[in-house]
Amino acid sequence: MPDKKTATELFEEAATKSESEKFILSLFVAGMTPRSLRAIENARQLCETYLKDRYELEIIDIYQQPGLAKDAQVIAAPTLVKNLPPPLQRFIGDLSDPEPILIRLALKKEGKGAS
Amino acid sequence: MSGSRASILVKQLRKTATGIAGFDEITSGGLPQGRPTLVCGGPGSGKTLFGMEFLVRGAREFDEPGVFMSFEEKDMDLVENFSSLGFDLDDLVTRNKMALDYVHFERNEILETGEFDLEGLFVRLGYAIDTIGARRVVLDTIEALFSGFPNEGILRAEIRRLFRWLKDRGVTAVITCEQGRGTLTRHGLEEYVSDCVILLDHRMIEQVATRRLRIIKYRGTTHGTNEYPFLIDEGGLYVLPITSLGLTHKALTERISSGIPRLDTMLGGEGYYRGSSILITGTAGTGKTSLAAHFASSACLRGERCLYLAFEESESQIVRNMRSIGVDLQPWLDNGLLHFHATRPSFYGLEMHLVSMNKLVRDFKPSVVIMDPVSNMISVGSAAEVKSALMRFIDSLKMEGITALFTCLISGQHQDLTDMGVSALMDTWATVQDIEINGERNRGLYVIKSRGMAHSNQVREFVLSSDGVHLIDVYIGPGGVLTGAARLAQEAKDRANAKERTEEIERKKREFASRKLAVDAQVSGLLAELSAQEAELEKLAQQEAKRKASAERELVELARQRHAD
Repeated sequence: MPDKKTATELFEEAATKSESEKFILSLFVAGMTPRSLRAIENARQLCETYLKDRYELEIIDIYQQPGLAKDAQVIAAPTLVKNLPPPLQRFIGDLSDPEPILIRLALKKEGKGAS
Repeated sequence: MSGSRASILVKQLRKTATGIAGFDEITSGGLPQGRPTLVCGGPGSGKTLFGMEFLVRGAREFDEPGVFMSFEEKDMDLVENFSSLGFDLDDLVTRNKMALDYVHFERNEILETGEFDLEGLFVRLGYAIDTIGARRVVLDTIEALFSGFPNEGILRAEIRRLFRWLKDRGVTAVITCEQGRGTLTRHGLEEYVSDCVILLDHRMIEQVATRRLRIIKYRGTTHGTNEYPFLIDEGGLYVLPITSLGLTHKALTERISSGIPRLDTMLGGEGYYRGSSILITGTAGTGKTSLAAHFASSACLRGERCLYLAFEESESQIVRNMRSIGVDLQPWLDNGLLHFHATRPSFYGLEMHLVSMNKLVRDFKPSVVIMDPVSNMISVGSAAEVKSALMRFIDSLKMEGITALFTCLISGQHQDLTDMGVSALMDTWATVQDIEINGERNRGLYVIKSRGMAHSNQVREFVLSSDGVHLIDVYIGPGGVLTGAARLAQEAKDRANAKERTEEIERKKREFASRKLAVDAQVSGLLAELSAQEAELEKLAQQEAKRKASAERELVELARQRHAD
């Protein structure tokens, strides 16, 4: 077939796509505790720094909307859920250590400094 | 002061009935109300079923809604799996009697990024409890969290907090846990639940599976400490309550027929006591099943229900065979008075048999139970185990006033040797024995013991005919006990002997008469001789007198001639 792409082409396409792709994130917190506030602050900072203009961050208090906790399979609090792009990922804790999150989100390569 | 203390005590002992058959009896009431209970066990031991049945029965029978939080099975799978047990979870969920929450997590989806707690779990559980007003909660199996969350320290603290939280909410909770190697739970959760710990066990003994339940701990109440066998069948869990054990049953004085009039006569004229246990022993082919069938038939004839537990023959085989001796069981099967339960002993473990038999008795409510033959049980347990299982079965039957008849195959001629030593448990013991004489095998029946009645000590010949079992007097003579053809031959011989003896007497009589005649003749001859001798003696005396007189005369004459003076 004429329009068949090689593996290299596919990879490059995916790589450029990931740089422009929009991130849909949900942060579940349990009440306005210092830990929750810390998590919210860390999440905002992370998004602003690495995903500027291509993210949506929703903050949900599970005390206010307990039904959503079940739907989103939230167990721990705080939990940051990356709904899109796939795969679905969960980050539990107050997000005080951004390094592993960035690696997981493929925003940073492992073992090296910021690019 | 003392009043408030007493009320606290009563409050502590308050229990929540599970509705699981037998379980509430062994715990005298159920699980501790408003407290968490740990149910641990290996894979496939019935933990999830225990939890689910606790909720379903709670919702159905006690109007207590429940939350099932599953960490392993999806709620759709749960609904599907439990529909086979007749638990319609969908219906309970739509009626707000139950809430299912499947807690799903993938190790590789989760990344720890700092401080956290399990508040999400608390919120979900609290939300579910509040939505349906739940009184019962099941967490199945919470330990699965350990595989999803690497930070064990936080997890432990949170699980401990969860148990405390459940207690504060006042819900009766069941927490299932996987059993660890040498420990009750793999992650030591028994440390956090201190009120009630139940262990479910599923072990193989000689390739036969046996399920057991044990209450390891139950704070603030008495409980049975034994291992209780339990059964999982189409109706859910069934625990065998051994707590009903004890020699407290009432002895009944009513008598019931054995189905064989002559045997009733041997048993003090009236048959067995109702509620007693009867043992029929005998070697192979001595007619034990025939005796049992007679008893079953007579029970049905009285309009009583009879449960026939067959371990050797199928239902139709017994019916066919018994028809050949004139006992027709089919009508009783048709009208439901007779119920057969035919299984091979190796089908279950011993305890399972016991549980299933108890369940049958509970469901069918018979007044007569027959186990044919009990000796086959030895193939699934040691003699001591069989004995203890039978003892429990007999006791439970006695408590209900059910008459039980057991047949037992014995080997060889040692009729007093039952393999399992069960004879001591029996009230009435009859044995059917082979008697082999003159190339013929016959059956003899006698009653070895029968508590509380004047029973016959006689051996009766046991004859199977086309119109049933007959008991006939045996021949007892100088040659010993004779039966069958030998008995008939001996009886004919006896008649010939008697005739011979009367003829002999006649002959003797005649002989005597003639002898008497001869003697009489002899006597008269002697008398004649005697009188002849007497006459001669008389004659001699006369002659002497004459001679003496003439001699005197001559002397006088002589003197006269000599002129003597």
